[in-house]
Amino acid sequence: MRENATTKVQDEFEIVIGLEIHVQLLTASKMFCGCSTRFGAPPNTQVCPVCLGLPGSLPVINRKAVELGLRTALALNCTIHPQSQFHRKNYYYPDLPKNYQISQYQYKDHPPLASDGHLTFEFDGQARTVRIRRVHLEEDTGKLVHVERDGTVLYSLVDYNRSGVPLMEIVTEPDLRSPEEAREFLSRLRTLLQYLEVSSGRMEEGTLRCDANVSLRRRGEPLGIRTEVKNMNSLRAVEKALSFEVARQREILQAGGEVVQETRHWDERREVTFGSREKEEAQDYRYFPEPDLVPMVLDPAWIEEIRRTLPELPEERRRRYVEQYALSPHDAALLVENKAMADFFEATIKLFPQPKTVCNWLLGDVTGYANTHGMEFTDLPLTPEKLAEMLKLMEDGTISIRLAKEILEEMLATGKDASSIVAEKGLVQIRDEDALRAIVEEVIAENPNPVRDYRAGKEKALTFLVGQVMRKTSGRANPDLVNRLLKERLHG
Amino acid sequence: MADQITDLSAVELRERLVRGDISAQEVTEAFLQRIHALDPRLHAFLYVDTEGAIAQARQVDEQVLTGARRSGRELPPLAGIPVAVKDNICTKGIPTTCASRILEGWRPPYDATVVERLRRAGAIILGKTNLDEFAMGSSTENSGFGPTRNPWDLTRVPGGSSGGSAAAVAAGMAPLALGSDTGGSIRQPAALCGIVGLKPTYGRVSRYGLVAFASSLDQIGPMARTVTDCAILLNVIAGNDPRDSTSANLPCPDFTRALQVEVRGLRIGIPRECFVEGLQPEVREAVLQAARLFSDLGAVCEEISLPHLDYALPTYYLIAPAEASSNLARYDGVQYGYRAKAGDLYTMYARTRREGFGAEVKRRIMLGTYALSAGYYEAFYLKALQVRTLIKQDFDVAFQDHDLILMPTSPTVAFPLGEKVTDPLQMYLNDIFTIPVSLAGLPGISVPCGFANGLPIGLQLVGRPFDEETVLRAAFTFEQHTEYWKARPVTSDTVTRDKVKE
Ligand SMILES: [Zn+2]
Repeated sequence: MRENATTKVQDEFEIVIGLEIHVQLLTASKMFCGCSTRFGAPPNTQVCPVCLGLPGSLPVINRKAVELGLRTALALNCTIHPQSQFHRKNYYYPDLPKNYQISQYQYKDHPPLASDGHLTFEFDGQARTVRIRRVHLEEDTGKLVHVERDGTVLYSLVDYNRSGVPLMEIVTEPDLRSPEEAREFLSRLRTLLQYLEVSSGRMEEGTLRCDANVSLRRRGEPLGIRTEVKNMNSLRAVEKALSFEVARQREILQAGGEVVQETRHWDERREVTFGSREKEEAQDYRYFPEPDLVPMVLDPAWIEEIRRTLPELPEERRRRYVEQYALSPHDAALLVENKAMADFFEATIKLFPQPKTVCNWLLGDVTGYANTHGMEFTDLPLTPEKLAEMLKLMEDGTISIRLAKEILEEMLATGKDASSIVAEKGLVQIRDEDALRAIVEEVIAENPNPVRDYRAGKEKALTFLVGQVMRKTSGRANPDLVNRLLKERLHG
Repeated sequence: MADQITDLSAVELRERLVRGDISAQEVTEAFLQRIHALDPRLHAFLYVDTEGAIAQARQVDEQVLTGARRSGRELPPLAGIPVAVKDNICTKGIPTTCASRILEGWRPPYDATVVERLRRAGAIILGKTNLDEFAMGSSTENSGFGPTRNPWDLTRVPGGSSGGSAAAVAAGMAPLALGSDTGGSIRQPAALCGIVGLKPTYGRVSRYGLVAFASSLDQIGPMARTVTDCAILLNVIAGNDPRDSTSANLPCPDFTRALQVEVRGLRIGIPRECFVEGLQPEVREAVLQAARLFSDLGAVCEEISLPHLDYALPTYYLIAPAEASSNLARYDGVQYGYRAKAGDLYTMYARTRREGFGAEVKRRIMLGTYALSAGYYEAFYLKALQVRTLIKQDFDVAFQDHDLILMPTSPTVAFPLGEKVTDPLQMYLNDIFTIPVSLAGLPGISVPCGFANGLPIGLQLVGRPFDEETVLRAAFTFEQHTEYWKARPVTSDTVTRDKVKE
């Protein structure tokens, strides 16, 4: 599939992909009222006349949401419009209490918050630049809950807790040339949003949603007919859905057919995109300037302040890790991609100043544990203090590497710290020479052949003998010490 | 006693309340009694909050008046003064219907900012007054619950859309009332009922809790029998509100300080475009006579031109319905109000709106939807916005050399019920002099300036943005030199007498 989608098709067709990304902003209150945005509250407990759209209520712009929008726009190198306008997007749906959504539409005289930016990232060993068409703010809708019996919907309920939650929409130009590239872009953007502390960026929870416009064209020809793919709930789903859609369109075009302009939904289980059966009418949203809000005029000093206080962005951080900590570019990139992990890394090396070691553990055992258990890094009960303590125990020889791996696993499973695990299980390394000498004697007595081999010059036999001692001590012996004691005894 | 109390202005009531001559409860009961006597024939009220009003009055008596009298503290400005509230302004726990079947029985969970301010000022809320459904109309005949009648002649309309508030004040059923004005809905009924009605500058009074008709035009304002009472009520409701982004962040003066008998040197412009065909001769004469009075008092009256006045009506009937089509989309049967029975969502939407809205509301929703539709937006809505700017500029030019503009409020006096219901265009022409002022967002007042066949005529005075003070000063001066405002509708007295005889 992967090969089909890119390598072959690129020979004949050029893939053209543009993304529309909806980002739930990390504000404490909603876009146009003071209600909480906290997720998971009982239905309709975080509502007021404004977000319920009650008659007579009026919206007031949330300044924090604008700030987060500006932070993003600046990080994406956009032009900020000193005066922008909100519009009403009119359509009927029960999750939309006013039957219009307050959003920002593009008219000549009424620009959105920001436009004309770009994000540059490395893909396939090349620097790629994707242009950002616009960044704007809007409000989220409520949520329908369908009550079903035997597969038929009996009735639907509306939860308005999400109604009015601030959303930022980021629209790219159709600059992406493969599903893999689209995925990579989205991943970079998500990391950026996390660094900006603008969004939690969790696609699975819907705090980051992505729709894609996809079309194919023969090289040098004008843009082909596009379809809009929706309902992709992970980075992996984006790549898979786009690959499927590219292959589907290619088949149609190669057979001399014509792609139908439509919205298609990604079916995660069947791994296909499907169009809605109904004929799509071109929806007329009858946008017009929101008369309840005066044009939003931004103070240039405020924009400057936001620009000045932008946090370190992933690209800078990656560079710094290579230069300052001598991490490999590959490791630095992996670490930086996960902001929580990178922050964790920095906190840990303050306590245990060996960047490479810390990095290896984080990218190795810790990430491995999270992956096998299907957990996010942030879900792990590990703290920089706990990891640093374990690494110190290892460094001062209290525990061996092998033991350290076991202990870490237990730390991750139980949240306990390394020293208490060590104490509980009596895992402290045996560094008592007399105790070890007795075991060394046992091993030599039990393994006459390897002993003979070693004395005959086969160095490898020593490794075997060390292993035997470690086995007898359940790995608690200090390997260096065992090595020395064995050599002394065999040479002596 | 009851009749005497209901004859008093808010200022006079306050004097007696402060002195302890009467209690807030006595005042409230007197007005409630008059409502119960007159309203069955006038139908100015959609809801009378008898119990709530008396409870409020008792509370004012016990906690506010007694305390203030004892301590000598200044009373809140409206302590114990009853107010009637137009039924498109949200009142917590009290039905707010906008005179529409679609909102029948809906009780808002919150008070509009103006209602909060009324309560804080000690006012007693008597009830909710009738209007054209969602404030769309000029006769109150578009009410989903039956029309209001003009106290001066029960066969005639009180004007609209704030016809209920105007009739209530004119008939002495409330000393003060709140109205809302989108294209003349305070000023025109004030003129037709012979009272004073002020539409403040757009942004002067918070719209939070005013059920929107056309957001860029709607404005709440005071209605009363005197200019002074209007100024007192304006003092209470005006001022910035953080919950309304379009409310102006400007300091509010004490508007009663503007009430001086002094117009010397005031430059008053009289637009020649107003004196055209369709203007009732008696109205024309009364307005010109008012201008002569101002001249006699030392003002400088000059003819001016508002060249784009002709376009005001079509401009308004694109912008207001466009905004309304979106504002009224929320009445869909999902969350509150009327819901028609239906098997599926689309049918429920369609039936709810077909059965819940009246004809005029549906007409405007369709007009507005059309004006905003793809392919028509530029030609209609956008063009209307541009013409609106031209109309504003006309006023800007006029106000370079003039402090005030004087014109009729309405081209005719009150017309018979039913006369224009079937002819929307004829009905729309009622607001030909008030609409341009609304489009420009300017403050305008209507004061009684004469009678034609026993029916009141209104004079409209329009000021610069946020210069309500000059408007009030000129209106007050005019009032102090005329007697029209002292006349009381005969009909309401007859009604009362009939009641007494029974
Ligand atoms: Zn809310």
